[in-house]
Amino acid sequence: MVTEAQVWDALAEIPDPEIPVISLVDLGVVRSVDVDGDDVRIEFTPTFLGCPALEVMRDAMADKVRALGAEPDVRVITDDSWSTDKITAAGREKLRASGFAPPAPREAAAPTLLQLQKGFRCPYCGSTDTTLENLFGPTPCRSVRYCNACRQPFEQFKTI
Amino acid sequence: MSRVNVQALLRIADDELILGWRDSEWTGIAPSLEEDVAFSSIAQNEIGHARALYELCARELGTTADELAFDRSPDEYECAPLVELRRLDWAHTIARHWLYEEADELRLAALKESDNAEVAGLAAKMDREELYHRLHARMWAERLRGDERFESAVTELYPYALGVLDGDLRAAYSSRVGLSGSEPQTHERGSHSPELASLWEEMTSVRRSVPGATW
Repeated sequence: MVTEAQVWDALAEIPDPEIPVISLVDLGVVRSVDVDGDDVRIEFTPTFLGCPALEVMRDAMADKVRALGAEPDVRVITDDSWSTDKITAAGREKLRASGFAPPAPREAAAPTLLQLQKGFRCPYCGSTDTTLENLFGPTPCRSVRYCNACRQPFEQFKTI
Repeated sequence: MSRVNVQALLRIADDELILGWRDSEWTGIAPSLEEDVAFSSIAQNEIGHARALYELCARELGTTADELAFDRSPDEYECAPLVELRRLDWAHTIARHWLYEEADELRLAALKESDNAEVAGLAAKMDREELYHRLHARMWAERLRGDERFESAVTELYPYALGVLDGDLRAAYSSRVGLSGSEPQTHERGSHSPELASLWEEMTSVRRSVPGATW
């Protein structure tokens, strides 16, 4: 008989397919795990709806559950109850250590372009003398910034 | 909980799919690398929204998202004529982008108030992502404001943009985009340009090459 803790531990071994330094559990996208006998129901939310890694993540979670000898039922939740605020403290530190600036906290009011343009901390040198190069980046969840102090471009997780 | 209004959601899904496809046509040929990245990313988001909406509709209709996206004939799509237009120059591209995103925000605000919790929740998530599209569109609209080519593109595409919205949202939209004085002949949904048929040919060509295959 599998336990919820075993399922969480197994899911914590799955790296994010696009930012492999962070696991799906650190990313906070696994919303719930329910064990009922040999049936395991997992709810998760994609960071962005157009995330091309959706199927990969769903299959990876199902495989982990099967490896524990249980039957998976992985459901995709597409509401607004997940935000980048759910990324764990450990997850934010892993992002920073690999050159991704973690997302800013979600505020009640939507951010303006002016707010997004300046002041974010460079994950390489720690300077806040940085500018926004592009709201968009190599995946939907990232923006591209540039550090004027160490002259290093870097990516930042968008706030969602 | 009230039932899902499938027809209303399909209209939005078709808009997002076709516009996403059009936006992706800038991949590799945008006027700057940054805009290449931006339009490619926006395209991916729009198609992601279409997928989520199609999945909701597919469950109600007993079909699949892929069948809704690719297995209908071109005249069965419900997209607005605005999103069908192809090979636009940069002024028209930005004019359409800005006009569409301003309309989409109004439409999503209404959808977020839906009695159906699943629909309202999805609309709220979509809106979080669309915020970045709006910031991008408004940045460009501000930059090009007063430019003759851009202003004439806005005037030309405004009657198409009105066709994106249901009648009850149009007055608010007109004042939002600063064009409430004019009352042009709106390009309504329901008729399609030949440009949609050629897009459809390309978009569905791989899927039609091996019907019923699992990809």
